[in-house]
Amino acid sequence: MSITSREFWTLTHGMILGALFLLSFAGGLAGLYSLRPELVTPTGLKERLVRLRLGTSVMAIVAWLTVFTGTYIVYPWYRTPAPQGADLSLFPKSLLIANPNTAGWHSFGMEWKEHIAWFAPILATVVAYLVWKYGPELARNNQFRKMVIALFIIAFASAAIAGLFGALITKAAPVL
Amino acid sequence: MTTRTFSDVKVKAVDTVDAVVTTGPAAAAMVAGGIGALMIGLLTTLAEASEVIANALKFVKPVGPLSGKTILGVVAWLISWFLLNLALKDRDSNLSKAFTITLALIIAGLLLTFPPFFELFAAE
Repeated sequence: MSITSREFWTLTHGMILGALFLLSFAGGLAGLYSLRPELVTPTGLKERLVRLRLGTSVMAIVAWLTVFTGTYIVYPWYRTPAPQGADLSLFPKSLLIANPNTAGWHSFGMEWKEHIAWFAPILATVVAYLVWKYGPELARNNQFRKMVIALFIIAFASAAIAGLFGALITKAAPVL
Repeated sequence: MTTRTFSDVKVKAVDTVDAVVTTGPAAAAMVAGGIGALMIGLLTTLAEASEVIANALKFVKPVGPLSGKTILGVVAWLISWFLLNLALKDRDSNLSKAFTITLALIIAGLLLTFPPFFELFAAE
């Protein structure tokens, strides 16, 4: 039972960092949603803000790590052109494009995933910044809090789309 | 204009952003995030439309044009954040307006990175 270095990085990018991202999003969303004076005492608010700041920061850091490992480590392996006569199973992009039934996984799936993924760390960082800087104000101001939640969800949705297509593309043409 | 601080605001739920104080940095951060998203979208569509631009965006050869799109997108985000924060940090900003602008920028970025859309501009 062993994995290659490419499989290690693909796993790290998609599953380990992806799982951490999902966990931190879930915690962050619950924290933001319940950050209301009618739901928590001032002491509780202070305690929750510590976790919320940590959770949103972790989500932003993980998002950056995910896009960097994806773009600069895994993606080059994915897109390396296949030499003439090569075994296409070793060249995922070429393998997908060679078959009209699978070409869409690249032309739609990968093309969308590789770009939209980068929205996640940018927006997650914006959210983390707003939580750190305006923590108590988010509890007082419902509209502001809802704006932050909206940006948080958009960050997650961007990553979710990228993650979904990553999983499906890997199934169709894994990086070996 | 008197700048109020958060300590001046009693802890209570308010339903509008009008009472929020010193919101300039928040507006700056949000709008800058939208600008970053838009820039990535713009570069994606431009790279599709022009091989010259696509080649120019190959900052890191194994990564291809994606490297230039994302590096410039992140740079645009950070520079706009810095400049907007400089301009707004000591001012009150209309957060509703800033958020609307942010959403519009993000939606534009999403559209410009959506393959069926940007492929409309594919170079012949």
